[in-house]
Amino acid sequence: MAIESYLWQGSHAVAQGALKAGVNYFAGYPITPSTEVAEFMAYALPSRDGIFIQMEDEIASIASLIGASLAGAKAITATSGPGFSLMQEGLGYAIMAEVPLVIVDVMRGGPSTGLPTKPTQADVMQAKWGTHGDHPIIALCPASVKESYYLMVKAVNLSERFRTPVIFLTDETIAHMRERVQIDVDEKLYIEPRIEPKDPRNYKTFQPDERLVPHQAKFGTGFRTVVTALYHDESGFQNTSAEVAERFNKRLVDKVEKYIDEFYETEEYNLENSELVFVSYGASHRTVLQVLNDSKNPKWGFLRLVTIWPFHDKLVKEKLKKAKVIVVPELNMGQMVKEIQRLFGDTKKIVSVNRWDGELITPDQLRKVAEQA
Amino acid sequence: MEDLKQKLMKKHLLAPGHTACAGCGEALGMRLIVDAIGPNCIIANATGCSEIFTSKYPQSAWEVPWVHSLFENSSAIASGVEVALKARGKTGIKVVAMGGDGATADIGIGCISGMWERGHNILYVCLDNEAYMNTGIQRSSQTPFNASTTTSPSGSESMGNQTLKKDMIAIANAHRVKYVATVSLANPKDLERKVKKAVETVGPSYIHFQAPCPLGWGFDSDKAVEIAKLAINTGLFPVIEYEDGQLVKVQKIAKKVPVEDYLKTQSRFRHLLKSDAGKKVIAQIQTIADANIEKFGLV
Repeated sequence: MAIESYLWQGSHAVAQGALKAGVNYFAGYPITPSTEVAEFMAYALPSRDGIFIQMEDEIASIASLIGASLAGAKAITATSGPGFSLMQEGLGYAIMAEVPLVIVDVMRGGPSTGLPTKPTQADVMQAKWGTHGDHPIIALCPASVKESYYLMVKAVNLSERFRTPVIFLTDETIAHMRERVQIDVDEKLYIEPRIEPKDPRNYKTFQPDERLVPHQAKFGTGFRTVVTALYHDESGFQNTSAEVAERFNKRLVDKVEKYIDEFYETEEYNLENSELVFVSYGASHRTVLQVLNDSKNPKWGFLRLVTIWPFHDKLVKEKLKKAKVIVVPELNMGQMVKEIQRLFGDTKKIVSVNRWDGELITPDQLRKVAEQA
Repeated sequence: MEDLKQKLMKKHLLAPGHTACAGCGEALGMRLIVDAIGPNCIIANATGCSEIFTSKYPQSAWEVPWVHSLFENSSAIASGVEVALKARGKTGIKVVAMGGDGATADIGIGCISGMWERGHNILYVCLDNEAYMNTGIQRSSQTPFNASTTTSPSGSESMGNQTLKKDMIAIANAHRVKYVATVSLANPKDLERKVKKAVETVGPSYIHFQAPCPLGWGFDSDKAVEIAKLAINTGLFPVIEYEDGQLVKVQKIAKKVPVEDYLKTQSRFRHLLKSDAGKKVIAQIQTIADANIEKFGLV
């Protein structure tokens, strides 16, 4: 087929990407500004032999994803801050039990009911630390409608590759925005297969392979599968000994963080020549693009974080080594900027530009800060 | 005339000027309910249409103390209020929790079950407009059989919402709620009487109000009361009353109406009128109405 133009809403691009990645199960609960993803899936899945279930709340939504994924489905949900808060316990379970799934979090103003119809980027730290305990997390953040499509395919792939939940961290602006998207919807994209064990006799539910990932059998395929979120050894039976706990938690984190180079993604512009670099992600990156477009300053550039978590210390440090000034625009009170401050301390000038009133940072506001920096 | 003037000038506890849609059955019902409760009350209101349209900045329609809880926990917040008032020796203040059908029968059912099991002296009001209207018409466990919503769309694969309404009356009675009643816009006198009775009840009470929604159900903004009347006269919405688990009163149907007369007034059922498969569904819905009529002795 050929590349064609579509006028898509960000939410619909997310849903289209999920379908492209082979998602055949959606469970969710209505919540602004993410409901469009659910509505699209409710319409699209039945005719594709997929399942859409509207659950009674977000606690049940993520739990049903866990069950569906264990039974072999590719499962996603979509929510926003308050719902994401309710999902945190289930998220921890899915991390611990190594269950692939994707949570789309369309960020809105918080805390609590907050600003339901307006954007923020204030769930950045919640995505990383919302659930308790030391754990790995993969979070991806799109900055356009088109990218929402491709990045959702990647999110589903990564959840299967690492057998871990992936957070698709978008925001009200990107999810509700309509943009022209030029893609070939029939284009062959890489789809990560779920590796299945072959021999039921020597099967251990949590036996990791050489990449530290266990390959659980799908329920209903003849394997004796034992799943728990207590600390457990390779068999899946609970074992809370110090030795097992130490080994298990280490592997859980290492299976993602040791392989960060495999999936870590940034976009950059003019880093070689720039004295001032904007570090941005999601909706606030759109402001950066406008500022650079307007100013044409040859000594300004950007580094956009597409992979939000895990944070790649070494790579980000290398990319920003020539910058004298780093400007971090965020629709929150300054969350990601703390990661940059952690990397560079006082060795560079780091400027945090923030807005949390439900409006976007304007190009004027950002340009003025950059000019004075 | 003087009487009419007095009526028109009457100050309501839910003040006019809120932002509900034109012809909103829920807004009218809430006004009747809060007026019946009276000024000496505290209201915990779950997230949903009612909370949004009564509290839009910079105005509040509430003439009584009011707390917007989260989606699922107006009953738990009300529990805390009730117990604390008791501990402080404050008596006579009516504690009321309310929420829509999603807040009541879906996300909030756990907190409501706890409130009832502990036996708090709280009136809980379910404002049932039969779907999540605030987020744009998604089905709930109170959405009628085969109504079309954005998450239960009718089309080639489905005739709409595939489940029956969760029976909140039976659930309330199973918790030994002292007073349980359904109320309708079509009978405001009965509504007023029941709400007064509910707040006078010592212990848990439950009022289930059917709230016709012009936007989500698809009817003109002058039709809410008419549609509420049809819901009663088809048997689809039985107006009933329980005390200590015993059915004490039902509103008899004056003249039974086939369900099709109710369904055809609303675009959420429009697809049922177009095909033979739809006709079969209408026959099933008639069975639901007939079962209600038989169960409660409505004719």
